[in-house]
Amino acid sequence: MLFDFEIQGGDFATAGNASSQIKKILKQLNVDHRDIKRIVVALYEAEVNVVAHAFGGKISAEINTTEVRIRLVDEGPGIPDIELAMQQGYSTASPEVREMGFGAGMGLPNMKKNTDEMHITSVVDEGTTVELIFFLNQTPPNH
Amino acid sequence: MKISEIASHLGAVVVCGRDNADRDVEFGFASDLMSDVLTLETDNLVLLTGLANNQAVRTAEMSDIPCIIFVRNKKVTQEMIELATESNITLIEYPFSMFKAVVQLSKAGIKPVF
Ligand SMILES: Nc1ncnc2c1ncn2[C@@H]1O[C@H](COP(=O)(O)OP(=O)(O)OP(=O)(O)O)[C@@H](O)[C@H]1O
Ligand SMILES: [Mg+2]
Repeated sequence: MLFDFEIQGGDFATAGNASSQIKKILKQLNVDHRDIKRIVVALYEAEVNVVAHAFGGKISAEINTTEVRIRLVDEGPGIPDIELAMQQGYSTASPEVREMGFGAGMGLPNMKKNTDEMHITSVVDEGTTVELIFFLNQTPPNH
Repeated sequence: MKISEIASHLGAVVVCGRDNADRDVEFGFASDLMSDVLTLETDNLVLLTGLANNQAVRTAEMSDIPCIIFVRNKKVTQEMIELATESNITLIEYPFSMFKAVVQLSKAGIKPVF
């Protein structure tokens, strides 16, 4: 199944709406709650990054019984040094973003921790693409 | 400890999510930084924060946190109530400091995450 969402850059009031929709879908599909948590935590971090650091973007999620693949494509400043950005504590967040409770430089490492695979590509002054891949728990519920 | 017991222990106001107040919480985490909250793996957690905005509620939603206590007399907005109700999260307003809330919850047996 394929789902598409839009992200408004800079709009902290609506940041997380797409992650919330995807959480509802995953619940309806009876995905294991531990998988749901790591998927939506990583996705929410990525969604907030688009709101905080880019001008806007799109999310497409591909969900099936064995895996979830989510791609976030944004238009924005891009990430000049991805390795540096991945380091815990590295942040270029503005004071406004910090006032919203973000900007500790924890998001990308946390996304990495919660995904089975994460791929980032970025072009400076164009934008960033983040792909989050999750292999779902195959053990039946109640175990 | 039930969420309802936490509220009465603090003498604090439950703003929304009374239906949820039977749920048990065992751990507490106090932070104004949502990036920190999102790194936690603990379940049955109550969040104490001075950050009263939509993102505090969204962070609780994504992290499966059933209850948020807003300290330092921070007020919950109508939009936050709507988001919390949709996700079955209890919101509590507490007029005193974060430190005081932590002391009271610790005495009541709520444990730190780490
Ligand atoms: N979509 C993006 N577009 C442009 N820059 C980005 C994007 N995502 C991350 N970055 C850059 O990478 C840095 C690190 O991101 P990370 O998510 O780890 O931390 P943060 O967003 O600054 O703070 P936190 O996630 O802890 O709230 C950001 O400060 C920013 O410079
Ligand atoms: Mg971030």
